[in-house]
Amino acid sequence: MLKFIATRLLQAIPVIFIVITATFFLVRAAPGGPFDDEKVVLPEVKRALEAQYKLDLPLHEQYLAYLSDLANGDLGPSFKYPGRSVNEILFSGLPVTAELGFYALMIALVIGVLAGVAAALKPNTRQDYIPMTLAMIGICMPSFLLGPLLVLVFGIYLEWLPISGWGAIPGDKILPSITLGAAYAAYIARLSRAGMLEVLSQDYIRTARAKGLPEWKVVTKHALRGGLIPVIAFLGPAFAGLLAGSFVVETIFQIPGLGRFYVQAAFNRDYTMILGTTVFLSTLIVLFNLLSDITAAWLNPRLRAQFKGGA
Amino acid sequence: MSVSQPTNESTAVLADAEQGSSLWHDAWIRLSKNRMAVSGGIVLIFMVVVALLTPWIAPYDYEVQNLDLGAQPPSLQHWLGTDVFGRDLLTQIMYGGRISLAVGFIATAVALSIGVTWGAIAGYVGGRVDAVMMRLVDILYALPFMIFIVLLMVVFGRNVLLLFLAIGAVEWLTMARIMRSQVQSLRQQEFVEAAISLGLSPAAIIRRHVVPNALGPIIVYTTLTIPSVMLLEAFLSFLGLGIQPPQTSWGLLISYGAETMEEYPWLLIFPGLALTITLFSLNFLGDGLRDALDVRGSKD
Repeated sequence: MLKFIATRLLQAIPVIFIVITATFFLVRAAPGGPFDDEKVVLPEVKRALEAQYKLDLPLHEQYLAYLSDLANGDLGPSFKYPGRSVNEILFSGLPVTAELGFYALMIALVIGVLAGVAAALKPNTRQDYIPMTLAMIGICMPSFLLGPLLVLVFGIYLEWLPISGWGAIPGDKILPSITLGAAYAAYIARLSRAGMLEVLSQDYIRTARAKGLPEWKVVTKHALRGGLIPVIAFLGPAFAGLLAGSFVVETIFQIPGLGRFYVQAAFNRDYTMILGTTVFLSTLIVLFNLLSDITAAWLNPRLRAQFKGGA
Repeated sequence: MSVSQPTNESTAVLADAEQGSSLWHDAWIRLSKNRMAVSGGIVLIFMVVVALLTPWIAPYDYEVQNLDLGAQPPSLQHWLGTDVFGRDLLTQIMYGGRISLAVGFIATAVALSIGVTWGAIAGYVGGRVDAVMMRLVDILYALPFMIFIVLLMVVFGRNVLLLFLAIGAVEWLTMARIMRSQVQSLRQQEFVEAAISLGLSPAAIIRRHVVPNALGPIIVYTTLTIPSVMLLEAFLSFLGLGIQPPQTSWGLLISYGAETMEEYPWLLIFPGLALTITLFSLNFLGDGLRDALDVRGSKD
């Protein structure tokens, strides 16, 4: 197990390094400097600006300077919002996005696991077909369509819920969280159904039933642990997906989170902001993948044994 | 997304494949009994035919505007209504579908060719080459590609060709893993050993013996990759980072529709329906094919 964690950690470091390097050079290779589309900038002013942002140095020195700043946790200044650093902007958006992501994930987990387990307990009955058809719709209905539709129905026609903002009006967190969580609820329902079906056909479940354990205890004590491994393994990729989804959801609902900042930075060609956000989000994603892999391995006795044996 | 492991079942299927076309025949019969998959297939064929014939069968010209008309709800003249510039929505959706489907199919084809080649070489050559090639896949897997594609579109401008390449470059990884595990289990089969001892070159063996036998999982995964690629395109276009006007796609139409949905809800609903129905059909067809070809765990 320790060996497994160590291997995965060692794998994560080059990944993060590749991300930083690739992002840095991609952004620098972009056509047009960050100050090119300002109205008219005097040549001296432009030179001063470039010196301030170290753009006058040779590329490799810029890269080394960036790496050393990064090692100190400094993501640099924002090109478009003078006086604000990327760190400040990121940390003002992070709590908002984290909260949104957390609600979405909770919705996805609770609805997804309940629906999936219910379906797996009575396969090929109505209790299976209805949630699984809904799950298929959830997968095929992208958030950028679901969000506006929910706004249209619950915000505009029924006037039950506010249609934008975050934390300003009571209830304004409901629609964004559902919009972001729905697709993951659908995936998790399918995964937990498949996982539970496989586990429920195993011998140890038959043993548990044979010794007279009540069904709910068989499910909660014996089946869930194995049946939900695929769900836990999915949480890593889901985290990456939730972050990408927050781009769309925060844009639709005008939420001042990381996702919206990233999209705005992309449109403004705010290179330091893009660079900083990419590095930051990528590192988060890599770490989350790592965490979910380790948890899934730890829950799986077969994998655990394999790594104990050093295979 | 996980990757199919070489299992006893899949080797059994492959063993069946050696006995002529009976596998494909059986799979066809199983597929045609699956009503959802068949309807999915029919809807899909319809969408593709409409997309191919669009320039000839579209009810109106793509670029013709009628500002006096403005946005009209569905009527006999304009079945799905018109947008704020008085352009026929059905025509817009047909042309948008051409792009959305083209991105789906072409980017998947890019992913398919890279992934199959990569996986086949790694699985066939084995040893150190395999270790290096698959470690690279592992590393790439861990990269947050969604963010990377956004970055690419920002840096190099928003052009369709780049979109194909970027999406294709992301989606080949799972394909490579599937192909490799197939090839590894096939390599040990007697008919491949026979081919080796007959002196066939590795390239010829891969082409003639390995790829045809590994086709099942690849077909299934391809069918399931197309909808996820189309979703990715729509996602980028919705954010304004994908397809750019004057071209259009379903994602772009949805994003315009969302802006004006309060006054003109049909501009959101019809493009949304077009995209959702297509994704639905592809997923049902893919699930049906997976059951028919008895491929386990190639997605989810």
